[in-house]
Amino acid sequence: MDHPSRLGRALGALAGLVLFVGVYLGLVLAPPDAVQGQVQRIMYLHVPSIVTAYLAFTVTCVASVLYLWKRDLAYDAVAVSSAEIGVVLTGVTLATGCIWGKATWGVWWTWDARLTLTAILFTIYAGYLMLRAFAEEPQAAARYGAVLAILGFLDIPMNHMAVQWWRTLHQPSSILRPGGPSMDPVMLGTLVVNLAGLVLLYTYLLLKRIRLERARHRAVALRLQRGRRG
Amino acid sequence: MMAEVLRRTWAMTWKDVTVELRARERVTAMLFFAALVLFIFNFALGPDRERLAEVAPGLLWLAFLFTGMLGLGRSFQAERENECFEELLLTPGDRESIYFGKLAGNVLFMCMAEAMILPLFGILYNLDIWRHIPALALIAFLGTVGFSTIGTLLAAMTAHLRAREVMLPLLLLPLTVPIVLGSVRATDAILGGGGLADVSHWVKLLVGFDVVFLVACPLAFEFVLEE
Repeated sequence: MDHPSRLGRALGALAGLVLFVGVYLGLVLAPPDAVQGQVQRIMYLHVPSIVTAYLAFTVTCVASVLYLWKRDLAYDAVAVSSAEIGVVLTGVTLATGCIWGKATWGVWWTWDARLTLTAILFTIYAGYLMLRAFAEEPQAAARYGAVLAILGFLDIPMNHMAVQWWRTLHQPSSILRPGGPSMDPVMLGTLVVNLAGLVLLYTYLLLKRIRLERARHRAVALRLQRGRRG
Repeated sequence: MMAEVLRRTWAMTWKDVTVELRARERVTAMLFFAALVLFIFNFALGPDRERLAEVAPGLLWLAFLFTGMLGLGRSFQAERENECFEELLLTPGDRESIYFGKLAGNVLFMCMAEAMILPLFGILYNLDIWRHIPALALIAFLGTVGFSTIGTLLAAMTAHLRAREVMLPLLLLPLTVPIVLGSVRATDAILGGGGLADVSHWVKLLVGFDVVFLVACPLAFEFVLEE
């Protein structure tokens, strides 16, 4: 267990360093937005959070498929750990979105397409965590959780379409659109550094959380063993 | 092979329908609840006819979905109360027939409730729905199938949980947002005088949702029922 923890510590330190540079770039070096002014800086947290959250939910879905296939609780540990971090990151996205909305649109919340979609995502995966908490035994929690994670993932594209047709107010994506990014290179660089920092932080937290989950599995197994003997 | 699956599915549906015909618990409760929901909406929003007409499609679908949820929550109740989940699993053949049988029963009960809610809704809210019945019935059917595919699976899943009454709506509603949006928007356009052609994109979304989950849910059901 010594080796993985050393790797984990190195990852944590690297994540901290990159995020520190990211904060410096975002708050100091990057120019204020021509139209939105200083408020736009919140984007350097807002956009990387949601991108990393999607990454987290993708990992959960893949790990869930692997669990149902191989029936190894190690995969389930990955799934639940990733989902937990994903929910936190989705929460950060919603909070920063609200703050930005208040400064830009004058309201905390609007039923804008992408904001709504993020809120739906949040409720689906918060439900996933609750479902697991209510299941009696780890195997049942893992099976139900895996099924729900896969259904939730299938649901995302359809939610996306439905909400998109329903309303679109959000400013169009500036990077992923035909014709290449229309962004100042310093701003784009800041965004990329922050994204890298959050992905590193996610990986670090994921490894930590998986170790915790594995330890919990061992504790449950030990308790069962002792119960049988006594 | 196909005929065998159909026969088993039919047996499962017929069992649930027979139980319902004898006890008359589920559909009666659903109908009474739906009528109450329509009343309560009226009290909550006031008697202003124009305002009610504006929000009517949303109210109609809330009545449908709440009523449907009530039915779904009871769809595995008989098995759970009498502790015969194991017997259910011992039925020969694929688990898929159990799923499709339960699903067919749920869709049937929900459609029956909807068939009663719709006229009541037209009368209570003074809406001219009669000309649009075929289009509305199509949308209602597509929405009901989509809602029930995930609903039946989640009902089986939550039947074993401590907090089943809470967990079913908590899990079901976020997953069926596309159904809610699609059905309400389509109903809105149809009540506003549009034809099915005007809402073809919503119809396509509903059909797409139904197809995806009609394939995915029976596969997932095997993992849910495992002991």
